[in-house]
Amino acid sequence: MKETHPEKQAIDKNRYARQSAGFLVLKACVLSVVLSLIVLIGFIVIKGMGALNIDFFIKFPENGMSEGGIFPAIMGTFLLSTGAILFALPLGVLTAVWLTEYSTSMKMVRLLRIGINSLAGVPSIVFGLFGLAFLVKFMQFGVSLLSGIVVLGIMVLPTVIVTAEEALLSVPKSFKEASLALGATRWETMYKVILPNAISGILTGVILGIGRAAGETAPIMFTAATFFTVKLPDSLFSEVMALPYHIYALMTEGSQAGQMEIAYGTALVLLMLVLAVNAAAIAIRIKARRGRKW
Amino acid sequence: MAVHGGMKKNFIERALPTVSFISILFLFGIAMTLIVSAVPAFREYGIISTLSGKVWRPTDDPPVFGMWPLILSSFYVTFTAIAIAVPLGVGAAVYLAEIAPAKVREIIKPAMEVLAGIPSIVLGFFGIVFLAPVVKNIFHLDTGLTGFTAAILLAIMSVPTIASITEDAVTAVPKELRHASLALGGTKWETIIRVSVPAAKSGILTGIILGISRTMGETMTVLMAAGGSRGIPDNIFVPMRPMTACIAGEMGETVVGGSHYYMLFAMGLILFVFNIIFNIIAENIKKGKNK
Repeated sequence: MKETHPEKQAIDKNRYARQSAGFLVLKACVLSVVLSLIVLIGFIVIKGMGALNIDFFIKFPENGMSEGGIFPAIMGTFLLSTGAILFALPLGVLTAVWLTEYSTSMKMVRLLRIGINSLAGVPSIVFGLFGLAFLVKFMQFGVSLLSGIVVLGIMVLPTVIVTAEEALLSVPKSFKEASLALGATRWETMYKVILPNAISGILTGVILGIGRAAGETAPIMFTAATFFTVKLPDSLFSEVMALPYHIYALMTEGSQAGQMEIAYGTALVLLMLVLAVNAAAIAIRIKARRGRKW
Repeated sequence: MAVHGGMKKNFIERALPTVSFISILFLFGIAMTLIVSAVPAFREYGIISTLSGKVWRPTDDPPVFGMWPLILSSFYVTFTAIAIAVPLGVGAAVYLAEIAPAKVREIIKPAMEVLAGIPSIVLGFFGIVFLAPVVKNIFHLDTGLTGFTAAILLAIMSVPTIASITEDAVTAVPKELRHASLALGGTKWETIIRVSVPAAKSGILTGIILGISRTMGETMTVLMAAGGSRGIPDNIFVPMRPMTACIAGEMGETVVGGSHYYMLFAMGLILFVFNIIFNIIAENIKKGKNK
């Protein structure tokens, strides 16, 4: 047979050569993405390591931000991101509950989904503008922790809704049916059966939301952040320092010798924070999948 | 007798529909805020002449507000970034969905998530300290802070968006189609190129459009790495100031209630409208596919 089809043999060879080449191109795509991630993280780690020591974490900036630490920026980012998630969590989970269990009108659901997707796509700087005009000026919150929390809270709301929805949907229908068959009301079923079983998924959303809020700069530029404070915020109406804004400030304000090193250090701390948050979310998801009996 | 099965709703259940629509309320509130603040600017300087004006000198006396250089910069940076990100993102997604062994997937997928989570300020910082000198040397430029530098960074940032939506779309292609192609003697590669990818076309397109939308809205990266020049760019290798960078960079210098202040809100409104248009297009592609 083989001898009778030399032409076909050549074509086949050609086809498999094309396959190898194609696979190689796809692998190169993946490789270049992973490589850029490694270069990015590696570079920041190597250049930032030198700045890190205990003082860097627990001291205030000194000498026009060219010496000292970034303690107030760490605290500010912590307050902003946890505040934002406390704002978004109840709203997000209740919205997800309505979408998955209670909604009856397809039209309303579609409208809400378009709204959530659009909100997720609003540029971060536009959130900043909204915060400036509405919260800072109109509501007279001023440039404050409160304005920043609300702006970031609105921004992470779509993330919380989507992950909570996925978590609620991942609970098997049979759980719900068993509960309802035992005479529980719809709310009892939601509260005592579905939500507890969805908790790890919701937690993933919370963690991702915190990570997202912690890394954002543009929304807090005009609403919450300040270059420098001598004290920690004492109320919701205080201005705060924040890690991402601190990097921006170090790159744009002043040009003292020590600033660059502190900028590298701050970038490393922020990067590690966000990586840790992502790792935690991934770990929770893997653990939840393994522990699941369905 | 107790009432069962959702006949009688408690307080929280009755509040659910209202609470759910708070998201819409926020979106509406953002739109209203932008419109209210943009109207004075457009009324004073005219919509058409503002959008098409070729000179942006907001601090001159009298100020000149022509947004064309900034709008053009946004498009230059966004579409260069997407041109880089689409082959990488789609290629990576097809590899993950069709070829990659489970072990490799388990490493690459979290890596993609990590990439998606990197703060834009860190990318911008990386752009200034690492990428800009590289770009400057390779292309023999006067400065490394150019639209191209920002576009590379934005491409890195938008790969995960494009890849994750593409991967979902390719994975969702029914197995029967693949099996049919393989049974007819198609190689794995032919099956991917002629069956899986074409069948996932609308999903891939959705991913690209959402990628464009996200990229155009990115702020800190372009503010730090794009160079900030206000002239009309004639190619990608010059410093430029996209709209997002313009708002973020200039808002601090404005007088609240002045023309410049309102003009920046008008620019925010333009970005907002672009975002809504891209979302509607993506939604319609999805809807078309479902039919």
